[in-house]
Amino acid sequence: MAAVQVGGGDNLNESKSTSKISECNGKKKTDNGKMGGNQNGYVNSEHKSNGVDSAADMEAPAPWMDWAQLDIFPGSFEKCSLLTAALTHAGLYLLMFLGFVNQLLFTPKVATERNRVGYAPLYNPFEQFYSRYVYRRVRHIFNRPICSTPGAELTLKERATDDYNWSFRFTGAEKRCINLGSYNYLGFAAPEGECADAAEAAARRYGLALASSRAELGSTPLHQELEETTAKFLGVEAAVVFGMGFATNALGIPGLLGAGTLVLSDENNHASLILGLRLARVAVRVFAHNDMRQLERLARDAIAERRWDRIVVVVEGVYSMEGSIVPLPALVALKKKYGLLLYLDEAHSVGAMGARGRGVVDHWGVAPGDVDVLMGTFTKSFGAAGGYIAGAARLVDAVRARGHAHAYAHAMAPAVCAQVLAAMRAIAAPAGELRVRRLRDNTRHFRRRLRAMGVVVFGHEDSPVVPMLVYTFSKMAATVERLTARGVATVGVGFPATPLNKARIRFCLSAAHSRAQLDRCLDAVQQVVDELGLRYARAV
Amino acid sequence: MILLDIVDTASWWTIVIAVQVVIGCAYFLCTRKSKKHEDKLTKKMLLEWKPKPLVEEEIFVPQPQLMGKIDEGMLNVGCTSFLGFDKEPQIMERAIKSLHKYGVGSCGPRGFYGTIDVHLELEERLAKFLQVEETCVYSYGFSTIASAIPAYAKKGDIIFADEKVWFAIQKGIDASRSTVVYFKHNNMKDLERKLEMAAFQKDLNPQRRAFLIAEAIYYNTGTMCPLRKLVELARRYKLRIILDESLSIGTLGEHGRGLTEFLGVPRDEIDLIVGSLEHSFASIGGFCAGSHFIVEHQRLSGLGYCFSASLPPMLTEAAIAGLDILEAKPHLIAELNLVANKLQCAFSGLNYFTVSGDDLSPIKHLYPRDVVMPYETKMEFLHNIEKYCLHRGIAVAVTSYIKDAEKNCPEPSLRIAASTKLNDAHIDELCDILERAYLHCRS
Ligand SMILES: Cc1ncc(COP(=O)(O)O)c(C=O)c1O
Repeated sequence: MAAVQVGGGDNLNESKSTSKISECNGKKKTDNGKMGGNQNGYVNSEHKSNGVDSAADMEAPAPWMDWAQLDIFPGSFEKCSLLTAALTHAGLYLLMFLGFVNQLLFTPKVATERNRVGYAPLYNPFEQFYSRYVYRRVRHIFNRPICSTPGAELTLKERATDDYNWSFRFTGAEKRCINLGSYNYLGFAAPEGECADAAEAAARRYGLALASSRAELGSTPLHQELEETTAKFLGVEAAVVFGMGFATNALGIPGLLGAGTLVLSDENNHASLILGLRLARVAVRVFAHNDMRQLERLARDAIAERRWDRIVVVVEGVYSMEGSIVPLPALVALKKKYGLLLYLDEAHSVGAMGARGRGVVDHWGVAPGDVDVLMGTFTKSFGAAGGYIAGAARLVDAVRARGHAHAYAHAMAPAVCAQVLAAMRAIAAPAGELRVRRLRDNTRHFRRRLRAMGVVVFGHEDSPVVPMLVYTFSKMAATVERLTARGVATVGVGFPATPLNKARIRFCLSAAHSRAQLDRCLDAVQQVVDELGLRYARAV
Repeated sequence: MILLDIVDTASWWTIVIAVQVVIGCAYFLCTRKSKKHEDKLTKKMLLEWKPKPLVEEEIFVPQPQLMGKIDEGMLNVGCTSFLGFDKEPQIMERAIKSLHKYGVGSCGPRGFYGTIDVHLELEERLAKFLQVEETCVYSYGFSTIASAIPAYAKKGDIIFADEKVWFAIQKGIDASRSTVVYFKHNNMKDLERKLEMAAFQKDLNPQRRAFLIAEAIYYNTGTMCPLRKLVELARRYKLRIILDESLSIGTLGEHGRGLTEFLGVPRDEIDLIVGSLEHSFASIGGFCAGSHFIVEHQRLSGLGYCFSASLPPMLTEAAIAGLDILEAKPHLIAELNLVANKLQCAFSGLNYFTVSGDDLSPIKHLYPRDVVMPYETKMEFLHNIEKYCLHRGIAVAVTSYIKDAEKNCPEPSLRIAASTKLNDAHIDELCDILERAYLHCRS
């Protein structure tokens, strides 16, 4: 244990107490994440009784984590040069200024409320200004409709605008593009094949939807089977599934966390996690993205305050905007040392990461029992919809009994259940590992070639989400447009999903892509990078 | 006018700059401070730190009944598929066809290639059906209203809501962090008094956004809201109305357009109508309907809309197919209303249950008579009734509430849903079995 090394120079008792902590954590694995409050071994009187501790020694600062022993690489986040930053800001202010002038001269009819004279304005003026006069300029690169499966390729319905993006009309043309935008990591989004057939059979057998909540009349044997399979897939005792991943967090967390809980939350956590924490009314402190050192400081401060019943760390496995992976082994060591609890959202990682596709837990070789709450969604790798919460049986029972979704939200559609089940079985089969490996190979290949181009790429080597930084709004829009023209569909992400000056292009890789397809995309990216001057990386 | 605008905008422009300066300063100060992080944690504290487990006590979760295909040799009066669309072969075929075109999942939120042509079609069709400018479709019924409310109501705003609103509305209000005033269920006098009071205390003023939230038909009671009076009060006190028509769209009005059609209230009196695809349409998801000005905002601010994958295309297609049937056969609504009325009559004659619900409401709540029991025992009693009925081929739903999370937890009840498939014989049988179940479980 890292802590033992820190305390190496200390007396024997110190290392003994640490080993006791790790022992009790060993036990934790068996009863799955439960920190049995009284039988967990580090009861103070026990230490007093062995008579070695002097009072002065007990007042000494507790040893810190020895981070040198652990991988705490937060992901590569190359800072841009000052010039780029200044230009980005200048560009943004220019855009805002133009918008401001535009607003003075022109307010379209759609942007005014009728029959509500004398009412308080419905929208915050800045928000409204931003969405109408800044966001509108790049509106055409978002919400682009497709009319096919979001598989390795997709068909875009082309749109045109006659009024500077206030409204769109379809031109009737369609464009086939390679899909680097959908979260189809393992390529299970397919209109035919095993999964689709299973979905069809389930729909015919159980109906399209059950029009009832799980706790009332919405449970079928299929739901039960899915929960059991999910638990087995993840290597934990139990799991509960819901019809929407967002709601899994937003409605599940309030069932788990309550008064007396302090949450340490990553700054880049997904909106659903933040909403769940807000609804649970817990105290939240935010730490910098993947910053284990700051997390340790926050945890130490919180323990020293002595007013919390428990401290829960809420993180994601793969961050969808940063392309980074949580340094899980370091986090688990930290958690064990300080007796923290861990809530891990594997939305983007389950299926996509690890040799067996079991998520970041598998990727890092951490025992699933070391994570207290495993949450994930079926929307991404499984090509379906919905989410799950998995862990110890008692915890899952709590989510059923006190979480909101089980009692109030309608049950998952049977066809969706069947799709998840089929995909999960396919991942667990030998051919499934091939899919996972193909995704990893694609990811590495893509990232390697991007870096060789000299663009700034965020995140970890193995993360299938690959953000390429372009910094300014206008370059983001131009990149997406030009890539589309070359038959590559990607997404641009800007404020408010990212900081104002960190607009980026996000590529999502898939096991469904062939090497030839990827190379075609990369060639297109190369051309666009050349045209727009996107080589921001300082060291190639 | 323009001059006014400039003053107006210039003031916030200066605020923006001022805020940046403040943030800049704060940033410098904070980074300096955090370098001097003062560590107070001693070994003693660490040893004394005894975190509690996430879940402390044993929790009992009743195992719900597992359903086979709905209505497979079973009369299901618990599920809220009022028009029987869950069994409609025409809808099934179209959904399956869609499945074999698009696959199951949409693999992305609406912003990022999760907008599939069927979503646009459904939105357009719904807008036309409801005679509004625009609608937006969510991928989950619960999250629809729970996201719609905080998209408009923010901290500092004030919301007037009926005390019996269903749980998703309560959560939406929680998420908005607005001040909330609950008025007595359907009691317009109480609402008026509270509005008057708020106006008097300047809680209602032209600078503060104010909302009125009600359900057309209350999920928790089956009663209809007095919409005309609500609209009148809202206009008088300048409140915007958010109306949850989840249970009334597809069940009320000549064409099934909901309570507004039924009562002849103009659609634009209601600022935002929220509907569900999970009841009459027997699919999954929900939608918001209203003017372009209102609804468009959610495409950037509705959390459940922006940050969640879009509705699976096959379920979207199912909703479109349902809409097709509804438009082709508006008489379904009249049939349903007739059944609802008959149910109401039959239930009023029950010896052992009291009924709550409007004549035309497709949802009825049955409360067992003369049982004075604590909440949990009562739930158990109802679950026994449910089991008894299930053995005899009728599936009824016991309301599932989370007692500690509800604002005012409603009395436990049996929720019976009217549907077009119920005939007189069914209703007689249902009443008969319910009475027998009561006697059986009482003894
Ligand atoms: C981390 C995280 N959690 C939850 C979700 C929500 O999942 P769903 O799209 O299934 O609602 C997402 C989706 O974008 C996500 O990135």
